[in-house]
Amino acid sequence: MENQRAKKRSMAVEVWQRLARNKMAMLGLAILIVLALCAIFADVIADYDTKVVAQHIPERLQAPSAEHWFGTDEFGRDIFARMVHGSRVSLVVGLISVSVSLIAGGTLGAFAGYYGGRVDNVIMRVMDIFLAVPSILLAITIVAALGTSLVNVMLAIGISGTPGFARIVRAAVMSVKDQEFVESSRAIGASNATIIFREIIPNCMAPIIVQATLSVAGAILSTASLSFIGLGVQPPDPEWGAMLSSGRNFLRDAMHLTLFPGLAIVITILALNLLGDGLRDALDPRLKQ
Amino acid sequence: MHKYVIKRLIMLIPVVIGVSFLVFFIMSLAPGDTARMILGEDAPIEAIEALNEELGLNDPLLIRYGRYMLGLAHGDLGTSYKSGRSVFSEVVSRFPDTLKLAFWGMVFAIVLSIPIGIISATKQYSLTDSISMVFALLGVATPNFWLGLMLIIGFSLHLRWFPSGGSEGWKSLVLPVITLGTGCMANITRTTRSSMLEVIRQDYIRTAKAKGVGSRSVIYKHALKNALIPVVTVIGLQFGSLLGGAVLTETVFSWPGVGTYLVNSIKAKDTPAVLGCVIIFSICFSIVNLCVDILYAYIDPRIKSKYK
Repeated sequence: MENQRAKKRSMAVEVWQRLARNKMAMLGLAILIVLALCAIFADVIADYDTKVVAQHIPERLQAPSAEHWFGTDEFGRDIFARMVHGSRVSLVVGLISVSVSLIAGGTLGAFAGYYGGRVDNVIMRVMDIFLAVPSILLAITIVAALGTSLVNVMLAIGISGTPGFARIVRAAVMSVKDQEFVESSRAIGASNATIIFREIIPNCMAPIIVQATLSVAGAILSTASLSFIGLGVQPPDPEWGAMLSSGRNFLRDAMHLTLFPGLAIVITILALNLLGDGLRDALDPRLKQ
Repeated sequence: MHKYVIKRLIMLIPVVIGVSFLVFFIMSLAPGDTARMILGEDAPIEAIEALNEELGLNDPLLIRYGRYMLGLAHGDLGTSYKSGRSVFSEVVSRFPDTLKLAFWGMVFAIVLSIPIGIISATKQYSLTDSISMVFALLGVATPNFWLGLMLIIGFSLHLRWFPSGGSEGWKSLVLPVITLGTGCMANITRTTRSSMLEVIRQDYIRTAKAKGVGSRSVIYKHALKNALIPVVTVIGLQFGSLLGGAVLTETVFSWPGVGTYLVNSIKAKDTPAVLGCVIIFSICFSIVNLCVDILYAYIDPRIKSKYK
């Protein structure tokens, strides 16, 4: 047991060391840490009631200044404050919707890969049908049917990401299910659920971690897209995509309304992609070679 | 080869049935009374009941779906609650505009991405490679609707080179095509580069070089053909995001396509119109995937030989 723990620790250290050597991945990680800190301490940085939702019409559409770093919007609200609170929405939606995809897709993929045969066929054909609908269209359809709310957005993005995880976990499970440690676990009488969740899944985490990191980027982009067409977060709550959408009416005179929220989306997705690529190289060095 | 095409065509049928059922089922979860939505909040209960009965909305889900599919087979996607017109004719009248946008978006992406990917791979770690990879990374990370807005600010409002909306003439096509194609271009560039890098390290490429084959011929005749399979896969997959992206791009540029119709229908809670648009988009995506699978067989003789 002690040996196993030491082995796991040493593997994690090895992966971390490989990741730390990748400058771009570290840059991505640093950006994400800053963003996470912004999201956690959003209330400390800017008060929600007075700076984020309260309107100050005399100060509307002000250009960036020392007082309002990113300027103000059409209701005189501070764009920087709204973006800081918007990071909370984006990160929370990103993480929760990917968790939904991971749990649903991971479980389905694990069962399909482990049992094979008819179970595999049924699960994967259903997943193929989900994959036949472009993911953002599937999310749009789900939100259009269920109604616009943050929970429905997370559910919609989570469901549309499920088939991707099912495919990856299935492939990973199939690659390890016939190995000796699985057979020995079966020989000592472990149940199928124990074998899947305690033996197989921990041994095929590499592709799952990479897919999860890249999927958070996709989920943040989908949230912004849904909000942009009016299906995501509703005003006056701040969300980057919704801020972009309302800024569309002021492109000529106040481009800062669209510039900064858009940059925030680009930087976040770039950071997640850099970290995801770095993790892939660190978890599977053969790919880099 | 014919066997392969026929097999793939037959496999398309269950996918279309499955996709349409999935979308139909999701839309059936929409809360609210359809008849009340059509007749208005103040309509008498008897009239609402009568319309529900007339539209067959009291029937079980499977019966309604069966009826819908029968209609679809005859080119009938129901009637729009908002306009009272046939959804099929509404979608069909807008489809050429969406197709035009998607086609040129894909052409823009392919024409730029494959040469850039090849140059990046053949000159790995050079300045050209670094610059193209930075652009590819940015292209993947940039939401197309934001890129569209930035292009409007730069090229429409300030430089006045292109219009900021509409679909009149080739000039109105430029900004939407760049907006729609950039994300795809970035993804295809990355795949072309990594696929080429893998192929140019293979023994048969070394052998070709050792035999004295010119470097241009090695790249374009030997390496590119073998590197194309993952590239074609990504192009096929990208078509899905292109269709999704078209919804947003059309919204940004007020492009009169199916995407704009879909967004307006969602806002109007026009369920038959939303259902029709998503089903048509999904069937298109399935057909493109089928074409990609058939294209594999032409590129990879191993697949063709299986079905001889």
